[in-house]
Amino acid sequence: MPEKTLPHETTVPEAVSTAMKSGAGKPRSLGQDAWRELRGSWLFWSSGVLLVLFIVMAAFPTLFTGVDPRQADLRGHYLAPPNWSHFFEADWFGYNGQGQSVYARTVHGARASIIVGVCVTLAVTVIGGLVGMLAGYFGGWVDALLSRLTDIFFGIPLLLGALTLLQAFTHRTAWTVSLGLATFGWMQIARVMRGAVITQKQADFVTAARALGAGTGRILFRHILPNVIGPVIVVATIALGGYISTEATLSYLGIGLQDPVVSWGVDISAAQSQLRDAPHVLLVPASFLSLTVLAFILLGDAVRDALDPKLR
Amino acid sequence: MGRYVIRRLLQMIPVFIGSTFLIFFMVYALGDPVAALFGDKAPDPATAARIRKELYLDEPLWKQYLHYMGQILTGDFGTAFNGQKVTELMASAFPVTLRLTLVALLFEVVVGIVLGVLSGLRRGRSVDTTVLLLTLIVVSIPTFVSGYVLQFLIGVKWGAVTPAVSPYAPFDELILPGVVLALTSLAYVTRLTRTTIAENSRADYIRTAVAKGLPRHRVVTRHLLRNSLIPVVTFIGTDVGALMGGAIVTERIFNIHGVGYQLYQGILRQNSPTVVGFVTILVIVFLLANLLVDLLYAVLDPRIRYA
Repeated sequence: MPEKTLPHETTVPEAVSTAMKSGAGKPRSLGQDAWRELRGSWLFWSSGVLLVLFIVMAAFPTLFTGVDPRQADLRGHYLAPPNWSHFFEADWFGYNGQGQSVYARTVHGARASIIVGVCVTLAVTVIGGLVGMLAGYFGGWVDALLSRLTDIFFGIPLLLGALTLLQAFTHRTAWTVSLGLATFGWMQIARVMRGAVITQKQADFVTAARALGAGTGRILFRHILPNVIGPVIVVATIALGGYISTEATLSYLGIGLQDPVVSWGVDISAAQSQLRDAPHVLLVPASFLSLTVLAFILLGDAVRDALDPKLR
Repeated sequence: MGRYVIRRLLQMIPVFIGSTFLIFFMVYALGDPVAALFGDKAPDPATAARIRKELYLDEPLWKQYLHYMGQILTGDFGTAFNGQKVTELMASAFPVTLRLTLVALLFEVVVGIVLGVLSGLRRGRSVDTTVLLLTLIVVSIPTFVSGYVLQFLIGVKWGAVTPAVSPYAPFDELILPGVVLALTSLAYVTRLTRTTIAENSRADYIRTAVAKGLPRHRVVTRHLLRNSLIPVVTFIGTDVGALMGGAIVTERIFNIHGVGYQLYQGILRQNSPTVVGFVTILVIVFLLANLLVDLLYAVLDPRIRYA
């Protein structure tokens, strides 16, 4: 059998050997693959730039405006219309029913919304992801216990639960509102994760990994997690928008953030009654709110597409 | 199957107890219903103590809970603080919200799945981009903003529908509120359907189905859609409870006197019997919807069996 004794180089196909020579000798990880994909995506860059802008706005509002958002001049500026050409000035977006600059209030309002949205989503993804993964993978009594716990919290809708919980606090800050939303928000991720893990854990690659001697932790985090993280990211990013909206909704219902705090939700709900006379007072913070939500969703979408090996 | 249903019904009991205790705890232990009765005034200690005794509130929380559950089992949901029986409030509120939820669900399921399939099959084309953009816009705008703007535009400015709903809330007046209520969920359903359809349309069994010459609509409806519906059905099932509870905003905008209205008033005024009673019913509705979802799994995917 002379073929089998041929030198090694001649059995390697040409394409593979050139690929190895061109520096790709080490296999790329999923994260590296995803990053390569993301670098070329304009959705990723535009949403990323928008988000950086909002995050800078939340962290350093004074970079954008020197006007105090609480300074009110009722006589001079009551519901004054916007001056669209006065960029970055106090009257750019007009004035609200208290004679306060809508632009200054909108810039300063970014902080509360973003803090609440990000905090709640982080808490919810970690709690829900862990609960769902453990329940889906182990099954049996672990699944029974965790799923019942999930069901108990799921029995109470997010807005309703947050309302009831926050009603008990007389003084509400961004942290208490986050607590209220996270307490009743983690179950959705847990269920999505559990369902995805259940369909994946029977897959051949899991059996193969187990046959090769991989431990439970390795199977869960290195093999199953990359295959189920897609739907979780989709849900978490849409949910992040949902949490920012819900924070605004709580303010609208009078049980969210309270007046001395400048927030988009507080401003939108205050502008509700003047929708007919001065739509800009409502539409400006509502547009900023919607743009933030949109940016998070687009970012999540881009990351989802990049993480999913099936789409390549 | 029958044994599975019975087992699930038995499993519901701890969940029911857990959820109702959770809300009971938040209302009675975190809040103070007796102080709320007095509004902003400081309650007279002697009177407060008497009311506490009458309402069984001087006992430890678990005893109060047992007492309350014992009453519920005999059909007595207690009396709201304004003297009206909670069951009377329920009889007037639940039919209204049920109709509202039905309108919303119908809208979200039909429109959501159709849009999701259309865009998932044409991933990256103009239909897909348009639908995606629309769902993004819908998700980005909070319900109370879209609700007010739609009510103002369609109801007040163009006069196409009545902007506020009459007390009996017939179906035709609930179309706009139902659509507003369903908007966010509609976007979720569309996006979930799109994601799974796009993923599954590359699966081997779809290639096989196409290769063996099945007509396209059969491949889509029987092979692709059926295999893609599990995440969607999960979402819709859990959404029933959220829709009924989440009607708080929609019912407030359109002045609908349903469950959301009663709950909101109850929470604001810490009217504990109303809140706990209504949530108890919502929990039961939610649990049954969940059981239905799990049974649907087996219908959609025969590999899932319930012994």
